[in-house]
Order: sequence, then C-alpha cells, then structure tokens
Amino acid sequence: MSLVYAGILSHAPGITGRANLATNTLVRDAFYNCLEDQRNEIEASGAEVLVVVAAEHFANFFMDNMPAYCIGIGEKHYGPVEDAEWLKIPKTSIPGAPDLALRLAKKVMERVDIAYSEEWKCDHGIMVPLNFLTPNFDMPVVPCNINCQGPPLTPLTRVWRFGEALRQACDEQAEKIAIVGTGGISHWPATPDSGKINEAWDREFLEQLMNQDKQKLLSYSDEDVYDQAGQGGFEIRTLVAAAAAAGGKGDLQFYSAELPIFAVGCTVARFEISS
Amino acid sequence: MSLYQAQKFLYHLNRDEEMQQTFLTNKAAVLSRYDLSTEEYEALHSGDIGLLYVLGVNGQILMHYAAFLNVEWFDYLQLMRDGVDNHGPVRAGIYAMTAGGEQFAETPVTSRDPN
Ligand SMILES: [Fe+2]
Repeated sequence: MSLVYAGILSHAPGITGRANLATNTLVRDAFYNCLEDQRNEIEASGAEVLVVVAAEHFANFFMDNMPAYCIGIGEKHYGPVEDAEWLKIPKTSIPGAPDLALRLAKKVMERVDIAYSEEWKCDHGIMVPLNFLTPNFDMPVVPCNINCQGPPLTPLTRVWRFGEALRQACDEQAEKIAIVGTGGISHWPATPDSGKINEAWDREFLEQLMNQDKQKLLSYSDEDVYDQAGQGGFEIRTLVAAAAAAGGKGDLQFYSAELPIFAVGCTVARFEISS
Repeated sequence: MSLYQAQKFLYHLNRDEEMQQTFLTNKAAVLSRYDLSTEEYEALHSGDIGLLYVLGVNGQILMHYAAFLNVEWFDYLQLMRDGVDNHGPVRAGIYAMTAGGEQFAETPVTSRDPN
C-alpha cells in the first residue's frame, strides 16, 4: 500500500492574498495552525510525493479545449500564474514527479479517460495549498485537475471512479504517496456574493464526506449545488475524489465560516486509508 | 453575443505580460483580434467591470482584469453590484444558471475593516 496520507483543504486566494484583511485573526491563525498540522502529518507519513487533486480556474485550460480530468506529468510546474503580489506567493517552479506521474496516468486511464500535460501552470488552486504543505516548494508534486469551472462538468459518479482509480494506481507504486483534494464547499468566489457561505450546507456535506456516505455524496445535482452553494460549490468534485481515493472515514480537523474575507468556509480534514 | 471571445481575450491578457503592455498602449489593436460585439468591445476598452460581469464574464477571469486595472478588492465587488443595478441581472455564462442574479448585498462586517 503506497497511499500513506489522504486529506482535504481549502485553496481560496484570499487565504494568502488577503490574509492582512482578516479581522478575525484568532480564527485565521487557528486555521493556519491546522494547515501546519496537516503539513506535519504528511511529513510524518513519510510521503515522498504529493498528489494534488485541484480545481483550477483557467490556468491551463479554457473552453477552447477543456479536459474533464488532467494529470500533470511534467518535470517541473510553474506558479502562480496570477500576479505574485496579488496572491502574496512568489513566482517559483515546483518539482514534478514525471516517472511516477506517468505510471499513475497510465493506470488511471484504464478506468477513466484523462488528459495529461507536461507543461503545468499552477494557479491559486494549487499554490495556496503548496504554500502551507510544502512551504519551500521542494516536495515533488503531481497535479491533477478536475474541471469545476466550465460546464458541462464531469458527473460526481465519474469523480468517484476517478478517485478510486487514482487510489488503485497509487497502490501499485513503490513510492509513498500523499493525496490532497482541494476545493471550496459553498462559496461564490469573485462575484458580488464573495464572502457568502452557506454554513449549514457545508456542514451537511462535510458530514457526508467524513462518513464516506457515497450515496448522498453522489446525489448532488449541479443545479442544486449552484442554488445552495454557488458556482464555487462545483469544486466539491475534488473533495469527493479525495474521499473515494482514501476509502476510510474522515476526521474534520477544522471548519470555519467566520473568515468571509477568504470567501470560503475554511476546511482541513484527513481521511483514514482503507485497506 | 460573443461571451466566449470576450472571456478568451481576458484569459489571454491575464497570463501574457507582453500582451498587457501592448494593450496598455494600443487597446484597439489587441481587441481587434477578437470577434466581439460592440458592447463587449466598449466594455473591455473602457474597463467597465460591472458591465462585463453582467455580460457573463466569469469572476475567476474578471477579478484578474480588475487587479490589472488597479481596482482594489472591495471596489471590484462594488463595481459588479453597480453593474447589476445599472444593466440588470447577469445575461449569460455560469452566473445565469438561475434567473434573478440574487445578490449577497451585505459585505460581511468583519471584512470591511482593512486591519
Ligand atoms: Fe477554487
């Protein structure tokens, strides 16, 4: 078994870019501390490579050619694509894991049609998690993307299969691998509703996610999600994929709707790895 | 409506510093490469964030254009609200999935104070 860690975390750009605008500094710092715990847990797991299941925001892909799933198999990745000052993360390169990524991609392809890319640019959706989980940007990263931005979007049933396929692929490798899924729950990012959070919806979803309640998790329709959780809610795909990959129950380490300046319910959780 | 083209222009602009420099000195030359409606052309030419939001530009693209125009975060949010007030609900794109364009009018109190 080579999957040694699975978890989830938020990635909204405000988490780094607007850190100084957060007035609830106690909650903000508790969130940051939890992210540091997550980094320590990943380190303690012995993970050599970090697979990030992300939901990018037009960093590599646009509606001219939008893959439902893509795995980054390049030697290096670059980010952030955004203005470094805006995100408060300097432009840098991140080591890839080309050999492992290729093996993972080939195996996942047996069950889910994916695209691959040797030239990956990371936006805040990956850079914010890396900023906390590998602050020196020196841990090899395999980026995966699920299109959560430009409908039509891949169905959740398919997302589950992608997560399972990723898990199966990891289990066949010698390397110790950590997977994090990073997405928002309810949020309305970059719109006039930025800062709105449907806490009740978030907590219900997170409970289902932590309990591996597959039936409920796969029953969300895009229309309902949009209505209750905004377009940002489409990013639950990354969290569902992480749960499917882990297979075990989750432990919600942090959730707070009290940081509206970050424009998302801030979340950190880990999963048990099923045998 | 050519929302796709307007978004494609912004997608390119957001990631291409050379194009940004050219755009600053000669907007018409850059915009002419895209098949835009008159309304889109003028909104992009004048940096009308509110109208671009109403036309359906995705915020994940639009917020970077606003930052490029040196619009601060809370001003960016307000410009979109003003856009809806002036031009009506979002007409196309992802935010037109449900009618009405319901707004979260209240900027959370905790996020108003810049300290
Ligand atoms: Fe996102």
